[in-house]
Amino acid sequence: MTENQNIQASKVPTIGDRQIELLEKLCNATAVSGDEYEVRQIVLEEIKPFADEIKVDALGNVLATKFGRGENRVRVMLAAHMDEIGFMIVKKHDDNLFQFERIGGIDERQLPGKAVLVGREHLSGVIGAKPIHMTTADERKNKIPVDALRIDLGPEIGEKVKPGDRATFATRFKRFGPSIQAKALDNRFGVAILIELLKHAPENIDLLAAFTVQEEVGLRGARVAAYRLDPDMAIAVDSTPAYDLPHWDDEDQNVQYNTRLDAGPAIYVMDRATIADRRLVTLLSDAAQEEEIPYQFRQPGGGGTDAGVIHKTRAGIPSISVSVPSRYAHSAIGLARVDDWANTLRLLYAALVRVTPDLLAGERRG
Amino acid sequence: MKSLIKQLVETPGPSGFEYEIRDVIREAIGDAADELRVDALGSLIAKKGVKTEQGLRVMISAHIDEIGLMVTHVDDRGFLRFTNIGGINPLTCYGGRVLFMDGTRGVIGMDSIESGKTPKLTDLFIDVGATSKEDCPVKVGDVCGFERPFIDLGKRMVAKSMDDRVAAAVAIEVLRRLESTPHEVHFVFSTQEEVGLRGATTAAYGIDPDLGFAIDVTRSGDTPRFSPKMATALGDGPAIKVRDSSFIADPRLVDWMIKAAEEAGLPYQLEVLEAGGTDGRAIQLTRGGVPAGCVSIACRYIHSPSEMVDSDDVENAVQLLVKLLSEPIVLK
Repeated sequence: MTENQNIQASKVPTIGDRQIELLEKLCNATAVSGDEYEVRQIVLEEIKPFADEIKVDALGNVLATKFGRGENRVRVMLAAHMDEIGFMIVKKHDDNLFQFERIGGIDERQLPGKAVLVGREHLSGVIGAKPIHMTTADERKNKIPVDALRIDLGPEIGEKVKPGDRATFATRFKRFGPSIQAKALDNRFGVAILIELLKHAPENIDLLAAFTVQEEVGLRGARVAAYRLDPDMAIAVDSTPAYDLPHWDDEDQNVQYNTRLDAGPAIYVMDRATIADRRLVTLLSDAAQEEEIPYQFRQPGGGGTDAGVIHKTRAGIPSISVSVPSRYAHSAIGLARVDDWANTLRLLYAALVRVTPDLLAGERRG
Repeated sequence: MKSLIKQLVETPGPSGFEYEIRDVIREAIGDAADELRVDALGSLIAKKGVKTEQGLRVMISAHIDEIGLMVTHVDDRGFLRFTNIGGINPLTCYGGRVLFMDGTRGVIGMDSIESGKTPKLTDLFIDVGATSKEDCPVKVGDVCGFERPFIDLGKRMVAKSMDDRVAAAVAIEVLRRLESTPHEVHFVFSTQEEVGLRGATTAAYGIDPDLGFAIDVTRSGDTPRFSPKMATALGDGPAIKVRDSSFIADPRLVDWMIKAAEEAGLPYQLEVLEAGGTDGRAIQLTRGGVPAGCVSIACRYIHSPSEMVDSDDVENAVQLLVKLLSEPIVLK
């Protein structure tokens, strides 16, 4: 990079009180796959003054474009899914007890005894559990299947609930020291990052921000978003589990941690849905090194992000994913670090300002 | 053709990392194609022929990726943990040798597991001879393929990555021998088949063919005891796919291929593969739908480092394809 291309400090997006407040609002909103209304409203309100074009497509994706300046601008799609895992009410039983199903990947062992919020009115309910006084030793050994669980809403409130209503864990956002605990950090982190990038869009590219729907049920929104935007390259911004806990048995190292907290943004090389384009791996890791931003490679293996469908769109789109690490993903409460989030934002900005047509001019080399 | 096959199978190219094998194939094609291009996912697309009045735009796909491994963790002593790229059977890994894209070599070792138990991938590690994390030349995300030389057993040939380099060799040979065609033929040397037919998906969208088929290996039902429940056997001719678990071949293409084989006096066999998929599916489901099929080479020990095919099957597949592409296609 030459002198005058250096990043001007005033333009760089950062995480401060204002951004943390926005993340709180995003995490506390309900947006279970297929009904992302609440998060979509927050996004639309935030980006309205900054985007050149905004469209809500047939599936509910928010597609926002910020055009750059100059010739030969690369069209870069950034995708962050708005939806979260949760529940759907299936059937009302006597005494305002409601049968429900899971939306997205949730471990049923996590469910008994959790507070939930039901419907757009955020009605308080409880996933009931048999008190320990009443259980037998045998019962306590087995997990309770979701079919045997009910959401208990009680009289008056129960009258307002009907099959098809969504529910989430009732966890409220909390910041403590360098950490955040909240539900739906997967993927309100990504949503918050995209909003900041739209507000600070680099001028060398056309920024095509896709706030996608239905990722947790099979990357559905991103598929149509990518088809419509037809970008030159794409980055999915998401949140990925950190399972960086010490081992308690005789193994000498935990070798399956996926990512680690405090180690910075997690750059993907491969997951089950995508093999990242190496040109983009290099773009991101070089940007991190040059700007001295901590980063880690997410352990290659399972999982998938919106990149999984984006890269296969039309005649193919070079794609990669970057995630904010978070512990206890897809449970009632996640735990993450403000710094990992801030560094992910910094890294993405640093990478975007380095995007030139030359980046994709050659052949894919791995 | 054996020397071409040897060269192709000995070149590393796990899914997503097909740049070296792509260069080898480009070199082998030389001026046999009218036009060469590489698409966004790295597939090499060789175009030959001009579409005449009776001609079609035809896509033929042979995948050039192979199964491989990717490093997930480097421990303090320089041992590497890994994950699979494509379908890897842990049973075929232990004691195997691997070759990284940068030339680093290693061997696969195993944690001690209970005697008689089958290892899982997580019980295995790669040893590149490093003495510590610091002097280990490999990092998380690096990719390797299995290393095993080609052996010529006369009528049969054995190598890693016969799946699907033998099909790439067939496609190259067809390109060379095809003197005239009424069709615009796009030979796709596709990427990332082993992880979900990804290269063929985007290539087919870009080409927008009228008709297409894959060339791939298929399992062989002719080994002793408990062999796969399949009618295919090595040496019985190219296998015309009726179905596999990813798609049902267009019956009109099946009939077209059978008729051509019979007219040319070439042996053929019919293939019903109950576990496995090919690029044929990706072609079939492109845009508004494409009539699609597959010509297969029967292969023993698929996804092991020693995949075996029959030389006559390979030659007959080439002849069948040349015949198919030399004449107008009438689907009935």
